[in-house]
Amino acid sequence: MSITSVNTDYDNLTITVIADFDAAIKRVWDVWSDPRKLQRWWGPPTDPATFQTLELTPGGQATYIMTGPDRVTRGAWQVTAVDPPTSLEFTDIFTDTDGRPIAHMPAITVSVRLTERDRGTRMQLHVKFASREDMDKLISTGIAESLRHTVGQIDGLLA
Amino acid sequence: MVVGELTGDVVDGLFHALADPTRRDILRRCAIGEPSVSRLARAYPMSFAAVQKHVAVLERAGLVTKQRRGREQLVRTDAGAVSHARQALDDLEATWRGRLDRMSALLADSTEPADEDLPIGETG
Repeated sequence: MSITSVNTDYDNLTITVIADFDAAIKRVWDVWSDPRKLQRWWGPPTDPATFQTLELTPGGQATYIMTGPDRVTRGAWQVTAVDPPTSLEFTDIFTDTDGRPIAHMPAITVSVRLTERDRGTRMQLHVKFASREDMDKLISTGIAESLRHTVGQIDGLLA
Repeated sequence: MVVGELTGDVVDGLFHALADPTRRDILRRCAIGEPSVSRLARAYPMSFAAVQKHVAVLERAGLVTKQRRGREQLVRTDAGAVSHARQALDDLEATWRGRLDRMSALLADSTEPADEDLPIGETG
């Protein structure tokens, strides 16, 4: 049904996806812009997403909540550009219960471009860390986590 | 030995080392390449001595090691930092592969709501 190439660039921390769908461009646009369809794929089956708002306008926000068996994740898209039915750009952030960004969590920028191709639609997707600082957060968080893990192991040994 | 290394002072040193944005940036550069101290010094609007000091803080915290090669001192970070960055990117990739699979399934599903009765491009 779809031919997908996924290319992960470890130097620039960018993921590029090309997917071809046997579906008209409007149907592919709808899976991004219709909340009923969006929430059928955004969250994993274990943590399904519910979109509370979906304002696809520049400066608009989409807020969602992903509910899993033992955790709740809140997030928001900050929409930077939109041109239905061909392009959408937003930054995906983690938010607290009041909808405020969580500063120490990295932000991810997502750019979607749809083009008609034969009788179907090609979707090009770029997913990357919003800034160099977000990359730093990731590396520092990784180190801090491994440190906590190590300290935990040491505590276990000393107990 | 390992137990002895992780005293409260060492842990404090690690968090102190990570608290400074220049040192986090040095760490990031060392996670990607293996720059010399002088090359690092050229990247920041501060003196060679100031950059060397930052490197020394990172080194004391065990986050980087220095290795002499010829006349240069090369700085490299703990490989764990790189693998953490890779791991996070791999996780992100897995997240998006899952999303693409579900999106494909949704688009292949012909029993979609009624507004798909006359899909553009499928009626010829």
